Amino acid sequence: MSGLVVDAERCIGCRRCVRACGSAGIEVVDRLARPTQGCILCGACVDACPVDAISIERDASASGQDLDAYRDIWVFAQLDAAGSVERVALELVGKARQLAAVRGCRVVAVLGEGAGASDDNARLLMSSGADEVLRCRDDRLATLDTEVYARWLTSLAEERRPETVLLGATAFGRELAPAVAVRLRTGLTADCTVLEIDQASGQLQQTRPAFGGNLMATIVCPGHRPQMATVRPGIFPVPDPADGSSLTASSEGDATSDGQTSGERPASGAAADDVTEVKLDPAVSSRIRVLEHEPVDAGASIADAEVLVVVGRGIGSKKNLPLMRRLAELLGAELGCTRPLVEAGWLEYRHQVGQTGVSVAPRLLLSIGVSGAIQHLAGIGGAQTVVAINEDSEAPIFGASDCCVVGDCIEVVNELVAQLERRS
Amino acid sequence: MRIIVCVKAVPSTTEVKMDPVTNTIVRDGAQSVVNPFDSTALELALRIKDEREALGDDVRVTVLSMGIPDTERLLRDCIARGADDGLLLSDRAFAGADTLATSYALSCGIRHLGRPDVVICGKMAVDGDTAQIGPEIAGVLDVPCIADVRELLACDGNCLRVRRGTDAGIELVEAPLPAVITVAKDAAQLRMPAICGVRASLAAPVEVLDVAGVGADPARCGLAGSPTQVVRSFVPERSSGGAWLEGSPAQQAEQLVELVEGMGL
Repeated sequence: MSGLVVDAERCIGCRRCVRACGSAGIEVVDRLARPTQGCILCGACVDACPVDAISIERDASASGQDLDAYRDIWVFAQLDAAGSVERVALELVGKARQLAAVRGCRVVAVLGEGAGASDDNARLLMSSGADEVLRCRDDRLATLDTEVYARWLTSLAEERRPETVLLGATAFGRELAPAVAVRLRTGLTADCTVLEIDQASGQLQQTRPAFGGNLMATIVCPGHRPQMATVRPGIFPVPDPADGSSLTASSEGDATSDGQTSGERPASGAAADDVTEVKLDPAVSSRIRVLEHEPVDAGASIADAEVLVVVGRGIGSKKNLPLMRRLAELLGAELGCTRPLVEAGWLEYRHQVGQTGVSVAPRLLLSIGVSGAIQHLAGIGGAQTVVAINEDSEAPIFGASDCCVVGDCIEVVNELVAQLERRS
Repeated sequence: MRIIVCVKAVPSTTEVKMDPVTNTIVRDGAQSVVNPFDSTALELALRIKDEREALGDDVRVTVLSMGIPDTERLLRDCIARGADDGLLLSDRAFAGADTLATSYALSCGIRHLGRPDVVICGKMAVDGDTAQIGPEIAGVLDVPCIADVRELLACDGNCLRVRRGTDAGIELVEAPLPAVITVAKDAAQLRMPAICGVRASLAAPVEVLDVAGVGADPARCGLAGSPTQVVRSFVPERSSGGAWLEGSPAQQAEQLVELVEGMGL
């Protein structure tokens, strides 16, 4: 029987576990902790216990799967509205390349396209580091329909048995991944920001922001394969296709020896035998009909902005927004904000940066009056240079900044605007 | 018409205190509330009910949750606001469930209630942020799923029509019933309970079932049925290797202008 176990020898009855519990799931009676009916095995007390007296015991996970039958790392290559590979898919191919080097396996990109698609996407995936592209060219895959894609990926994974499947944590990726995981009855970790792999077992250590965002949790999937994760866009760099390119098509193509000796497989052009054409079951069809499509306002994408001014509650009042807009204008920047400002109605949701908003990756991010809750920080990991202005020198935002300015943000921005205006 | 709304109890506060010794979250038995996204899900269900009942249809809205016994209080609050009844799956054997085990348990609850026309979930829970339960339930039930619904336009007995968010913008889509939808928090604001609703909620049926009662396989529930495990949780390091700009605001601004110019902007 699995469950919460308290070591009576160690427990000192300090009640830290009781304070850490969100569900009244543990109590201290006669200076000894014990779980109640409210325990949901969330593990908060395990972490809170200063003497390591509490643990969660679980029966050996029995999926009945032969884990050794599963190999390679798959990356789902989502396409954008224009039919090109999404940036995050390339980021993941790059990351998968690193993981494959540790594990000694191959990187396989999975690409669904319309019937008439060219080789461009497959070629880009190969030159970004994929060893093989599994491609299905079928008009049913030309639109991003979760159910059609889920059935396709499920049957492909059942047949070819990948050890790991990575998807970008885009809106579609976060809808598709659970639809596949539940059909494969395997584990899925959402929105990871850190990935590491164990060389011997191939177990993926998936780290993501957890409860309230103040904690990071590292999650593993020990007994089930494939292990699946969606990964936040903008965390890993896009591999440079030119990097180490020898342009000699590897004719040994799908050879398994490839990644086992060196993970840094030389990039090559798409040799025809590196692209494996696969089929989609004729019985699969979409049940959802798209009647109308309203594209995103192109002028307002903070996700692709090169320079970004991000404002938080510390700017004090909505009256100060025009000043921030002026600063953004002078820097040629887009304006982003934190969640409280959207909730207060100062700016629209599309401006929201962070875990529940947009992940951004500008060259320069100027953060003004932002305290830096981890949900927010999680969305700015892709920024190259972060400059923060905040009056609280202890604000967490400074921990994520390359350049820290402690001061009244309105005063500093007024000065900055004045000096930039003088410059131009 | 049968609508099932899945709700989760989450801590009422997003303000989090840390224990300085163990570096863990201190919750101090904070009262739980219905996940805000799920409140929106309930409101959309109640709107369908209002609309269809005005046309003479019979619509039953059931709230479904997996949680500790105390969650019954929240289901009664949902009934006070207009839901007809509730089902709570509560058993120590459900504890420790990841999203696969949770969606399995909820699907068992849905099957126990009889085949619904629509299952409505919040897009995500504010404590877990996985956004996986809705699509996973749809997968188990083998029905279409529409995620991130921003606006419910129509729902008759045969199909529903919604506006949803996608990577490439907003789409107007139609799906046949039965279907699962997951809703964005700002799609609606949950109504307040009416006095008669509060009175009704006290007497309303809230069924509480354990693993056996709902006909679930214990091996697929809770910790035992969860492929994923949390092996470590930790407070992220905040190492500041950044430069601190000193001086008056004017001097600080001057250094910032230099930095911007240095980047060629």
